[in-house]
Amino acid sequence: MTFSEGVQLVSFIILTAIVLGGAAGVVLLRSMVHSAFLLGLVFIGAAGLYVLLNADFVAAAQILIYVGAVNVLILFAIMLVNKRIPTDRPVFSPRNAVTGLVCAGLFALLAVCIFQVPWQIQEPVAMNTVIEIGKRFFSEFLLPFEVASVLLLLAMVGAIILAQREYIPDRAEGEPEPLALPERPRDEVDTTPTGRR
Amino acid sequence: MEGIDLGNAFAQSLSGLGVPADVARALWLPLPMIVILLTVTVGVIAAVWGERKWSGMMQQRWGPTIIGLGGSIQGAADGVKLLIKEDIIPIKADPWLFTLGPAIVIIPVFFSYLVIPFGQGLVLSDITIGIFFIIAVASISPIGALMAGYASNNKYALLGGLRAAAQSISYEIPLALSVLAIVMMSSSLSTVDIVEQQETLGLFSFFSWNIWRQPIGFVIFLISALAETERAPFDLPEAESELVAGHHTEYTGMKFALFYLSEYANLILASLIASVLFLGGWSFIVPLEPLAALFGIEAANPVFQVVNALVGISVTILKATFFVFLAILARWTLPRVRIDQLLDLGWKFLLPVSLFNLLLTAALVLLSNTLKTTLPLYLPLVIFVGLVFVAMSLQKRPAAKPTAARA
Repeated sequence: MTFSEGVQLVSFIILTAIVLGGAAGVVLLRSMVHSAFLLGLVFIGAAGLYVLLNADFVAAAQILIYVGAVNVLILFAIMLVNKRIPTDRPVFSPRNAVTGLVCAGLFALLAVCIFQVPWQIQEPVAMNTVIEIGKRFFSEFLLPFEVASVLLLLAMVGAIILAQREYIPDRAEGEPEPLALPERPRDEVDTTPTGRR
Repeated sequence: MEGIDLGNAFAQSLSGLGVPADVARALWLPLPMIVILLTVTVGVIAAVWGERKWSGMMQQRWGPTIIGLGGSIQGAADGVKLLIKEDIIPIKADPWLFTLGPAIVIIPVFFSYLVIPFGQGLVLSDITIGIFFIIAVASISPIGALMAGYASNNKYALLGGLRAAAQSISYEIPLALSVLAIVMMSSSLSTVDIVEQQETLGLFSFFSWNIWRQPIGFVIFLISALAETERAPFDLPEAESELVAGHHTEYTGMKFALFYLSEYANLILASLIASVLFLGGWSFIVPLEPLAALFGIEAANPVFQVVNALVGISVTILKATFFVFLAILARWTLPRVRIDQLLDLGWKFLLPVSLFNLLLTAALVLLSNTLKTTLPLYLPLVIFVGLVFVAMSLQKRPAAKPTAARA
C-alpha cells in the first residue's frame, strides 16, 4: 500500500496533531476519565502513523491490544475505583514544576538522541508484513519472542493467583485481614417476614 | 483470474469523457462509502423487519402488518420517527462523552464492512490483514459503550456499560481463536483468500467449506459472535429486568437510533463474517466456474461474469440471512443467562475448547501437508459428530431405564 506524497504529508500532519494534542490532553485534563478516553485517541493516532509506515499488521495489533484491551482495562480501573480528585489544586505548584522539569529533561534527551543517531532511511517495500513478521519471529528474534511469552505467562499465573482468594496466606488471630477492600461493615438485615405480624 | 474491477472501469469510463484520471479516481472515492452506508441501512431495515415478523411467527401473532407490504418498511418509519424526536442530554450528564459514545459504538461496525467480500472482485478493499482488521477494529466498540455508560451519570447505565465492555473483551478471545484456526488452514488473513481456499475441490467445493473442517470452531464462533453482538440470550448489558436498558437508558432520538442501528449492523456483520469464514462466502453449492467450463462457457465471457457476480452477491446475502435467522431464533426461544453463567461459559468452556481446537487444527494441517491430502482436516467433523452422538445417547438413558425395568 503506497500513498502519494501529498496524501502522506497531510495524513502525517493530522495524525501528529491527534497524537500530540491527545497526549497533552491526557496530562493536562483534570478529569481522570477524560484523560483515559483521550489516551485511546492517542493510541489510535499512533496506529495511523504505523499505517503510514506500511506496517498494517502492527497498526491493527496496536488497536487490538492498546485500544481494545489496555485502554479498556484502564477505564475499568478508573470507573470501579471512582476516586474523587480535588479540582481546586493550583496549576503552578512546586510539585507540578518538578514534574514539568523532569519531562522537559526527558524530552530534550530523546530529541538529542534522535538528532545525533545517523539513521539509515530505507525506501518503503511492498510486502506481506504478516508472513515476514512470522518468519522473523521464528528465526532471528526467536529468543526475545520466547522470553516475552514466558514473561506474559508468568504475569497471567500471577494474576490468577491474586484473583483466587484461596491462595492468600493464613493469618493469625486478631490480625487485620491483609488484602481486604476498605468496605463498611455489613449491616444486619432483619430477615423475619414483615408481612404478617 | 481477474474479476470485475468496478473502480478501474469507473475511472476509465470517466477519462473517456475527458475527465483527468486523478479527478476520476477522487470521484470514485466517496462512492463505496455511500454504498456501504446505504447497504447497511437497508440491511438493518430488512433485519428489523425479519426480527419482528419471525418473532411474531414464533409467538403465533402477526407482527407488523400495516406500513409497507406486510409491514416491511416499519423499520424505516421508526427511523424517521427517531430522527425527528427531541434530542435530550440529561442535565448532569457529560455532554461531550454523551454525544461521542454512540458514534464510537457505530463507526467500527461500518469500518468492518470494508473487507467483507461479496464476489471475486466485489470487495471494497482486499487488504492483507483482512479478518484481523475486523477483529482489531471491532475491539474499539466497547470503549463507546463504556463512554455512554459513564457519561449518562446513571448507575444502571454505568453498570450496563461495564458489563458490555467485560462481555465483549471476554468473548473476543474465543472468537479470535476460532478465526485463527480458519486462518491457519487457509494460511492467509485476507477474506478473499479465505473464500477462495474453500473453492478448491472443483465441482464438489461444497465439501471444502470450512464448516466441515471446523465444526468445533463453527459452534464456538456462533456462540461468541452472538455474545459479541450483545443480543439475547447474551443481552446482559441491557437486561431490562435488572438495568432498565443498560447504557441506552438515557438516550433518545437519533443517538438512541445509532445504538439501535449498530446492534443490527453488528448482527448482519457477524452473519456475513460467519458465512465468509464457514459457509464459503460467495460460492454457490455447485460453484459456477467449473460448471461453466463443463458447458464450454469461457470464464471471461461478460454475461457469465455478470451472472456470476449476481449469484455471488445473492448467495452471500442468503447465507447471512440464515445466520440472522439463527440469531433471531435464539433470541426468542432461549432465556437470558446470568452474568456469572455468561462469564463461566466464556472463560471456562469456550476458551479451553477453542485452544484445543486450535492445537488440533495445527496438528492436522501439518499432517495433511506431509501426507499431501486434505483428508485429515475432516477429522474434527468425525470427533464432533461422535461427541454429539454420545451426548444425545447419554441424555436419553434415564428416560429409557424405567420402561426396561418394567419389561
